[in-house]
Amino acid sequence: MFAYYVQLGWRGLRQGPGLTALMVLAIAVGIGASMTTLTVMHLLSGDPLPGRSAHLFYAQVDSDPSPHRADRAPLDMLDYRSAVDLWSAHRAERQALIVNSTVKVRASDAGRSAEMAPMLSTTASFFAMFDVPFRYGGAWQTEDDTDRARVAVISSALNQRLFGGVNSVGRIVRLRDADVRIVGVLAPWRPSPLFYDVRAGRFSQGDTADFYRAPEDVYTPFETGIEINDGNFLPFTCWASQPSPGHLQSAPCVWVGLWVELANDVQVARYRQFLDDYAKQQQSLGRFVYTGTRLQTLMQWLDFNHVVPSDVRLQSWLAFAFLAVCLCNTIGLLLAKFLRRSGEFGLRRALGASRRAVFAQCLVESAAIGLLGGIGGWLLTLAGLWLIRRQPAAYADLAHLDAGMLVFTFVLALLTSLLAGLLPALRASRVAPAMQLKAL
Amino acid sequence: MLKMTHLSKSFRTEVVETYALRDFSIHVRPGEFVAVTGPSGSGKTTFLNIAGLLETSTGGTYELDGEDVSKLGDDARSRIRNGKIGFIFQAFNLIPDLNVYDNVDVPLRYRRMPGAERKKRIGEVLERVGLSARMRHYPAELSGGQQQRVAIARALAGSPKLLLADEPTGNLDSQMARAVMQLLEDIHRDGATIVMVTHDPELAARAQRNVHVIDGQVVDLGEAPTLRMNAQAMG
Repeated sequence: MFAYYVQLGWRGLRQGPGLTALMVLAIAVGIGASMTTLTVMHLLSGDPLPGRSAHLFYAQVDSDPSPHRADRAPLDMLDYRSAVDLWSAHRAERQALIVNSTVKVRASDAGRSAEMAPMLSTTASFFAMFDVPFRYGGAWQTEDDTDRARVAVISSALNQRLFGGVNSVGRIVRLRDADVRIVGVLAPWRPSPLFYDVRAGRFSQGDTADFYRAPEDVYTPFETGIEINDGNFLPFTCWASQPSPGHLQSAPCVWVGLWVELANDVQVARYRQFLDDYAKQQQSLGRFVYTGTRLQTLMQWLDFNHVVPSDVRLQSWLAFAFLAVCLCNTIGLLLAKFLRRSGEFGLRRALGASRRAVFAQCLVESAAIGLLGGIGGWLLTLAGLWLIRRQPAAYADLAHLDAGMLVFTFVLALLTSLLAGLLPALRASRVAPAMQLKAL
Repeated sequence: MLKMTHLSKSFRTEVVETYALRDFSIHVRPGEFVAVTGPSGSGKTTFLNIAGLLETSTGGTYELDGEDVSKLGDDARSRIRNGKIGFIFQAFNLIPDLNVYDNVDVPLRYRRMPGAERKKRIGEVLERVGLSARMRHYPAELSGGQQQRVAIARALAGSPKLLLADEPTGNLDSQMARAVMQLLEDIHRDGATIVMVTHDPELAARAQRNVHVIDGQVVDLGEAPTLRMNAQAMG
């Protein structure tokens, strides 16, 4: 019977082509608008490391002694000493310290002028922890972290700009006033969001687009970066004036992030205990006033920081409201379309069609309208995403429709049309055949 | 075949209850050709709608082919309509955007008949009504008489036990009406049970038996002048 309903559905579309076109257009516009914003939402709110994110944790201790903070909770970063203490204890399977700065960079053996590039100073495990892909070479060795080795990993984009994209491993690059040797070149890599750099998102009043910027161009060992680029590290938060402004190692400031990888619940429990013990120890030493600690998984940390920009959330709600309006329009148009064919439905009922059969026929016709609307919605979504890619937003280049969202476009179109078709189909199935036979 | 006993059908509003049929009894035996006559508003169409299970009665009993169908649910009534009843309407009631073949196919589709059997059956009934050459024509491309023959083919396609015809020649000129009537008589001669509602005394006279309805009641029944009565009207 389904094949018969499909056949009738397609035939039904050709009856009243103007109404059909209006319905397809209404669904296409609604789907196009909602899928454009939903795709952006999906890209911005997805898990940046599926399968691994549950084992990655962001560690915090409350080193700020200020008594006046209403929300007594650890600040979003660590002070230098706490960060180095926790990292040096090696209580996690893998761990990575991170600090950000911007550095002047140029290839020492090339003739081009210097440029300013974002730099991440981190520890060797960073690359393995976060599945960072390499095109040439690899990460530096763990000894390089403690030896403050003058080595670096550069991004694919910087390698293209400085060396024309060739294998530059072993070449020298000048960072500020220091020469460092390139040990690795990353393959193109675009995590969304730039999760390891997420901090203080909940204070940004929804303006979190910067969390979706491209990754850094230069990666150096943690201490190497601090030596080379001291005075340029951002962001930081201080609770007292700095003895020597810009030099943060001994300042009453937080500016270092610590990520740890923990394989199972036992390790997580142990690490929590370790953090608590450390905070208490520091309190007893007089360095900490408060002993609060926090250990959140990557996804918890992203939620905690409200990473999805509020304007994207608002746009999504508006788009869905628009889809609802389109849905209501489609319901009205379907009611008109089916009402016009009451005579046919009455006749079918007289000839033996059950109410269920007429209902199914109408729903299949609605679904056919939904599929056509889905094709239109898909094209409008592609156009919408093309427009977004031309906006000056940090996440603009991410706006592409993946296979999952493509399928979802058609599922949503189908669901919308079926929902729109429910009431008209129900009414069509309940026509009194005797009353309608004269209407054919 | 069709037996209605003390059947009633009323329409109730807030202030008044109007009877379309009252204490209506009729018995049509297998193989009979019965004409139901009466003035406009007498209840003929209501009778036909109830007989065709398109409406329900408000009282009395209705047996069709030995089964009490007065209290059946909608699905069961649809099944019986599809399996046992063939309709022929005054306005032909063909679906305008389906061709002749597909129009005749409609009741067979709801019977979930295999495609090959449907094709064979449609070919046979269109052959019988003389329209096998017009299978791919649309209703608008046919004359009124041809459209009514398509409607008869559609009614016959499911081999119903009962044919209900509502003014089957009402929209036709006299020549086409004669041809359609001849076809109905041929179908009856082959053993079909036919109940025909008509205003036309000439048509009624060609049935085996006439049932006259006034104000929702059977008031007169008798042998049609030209045909031998072979059944008793009341059960």
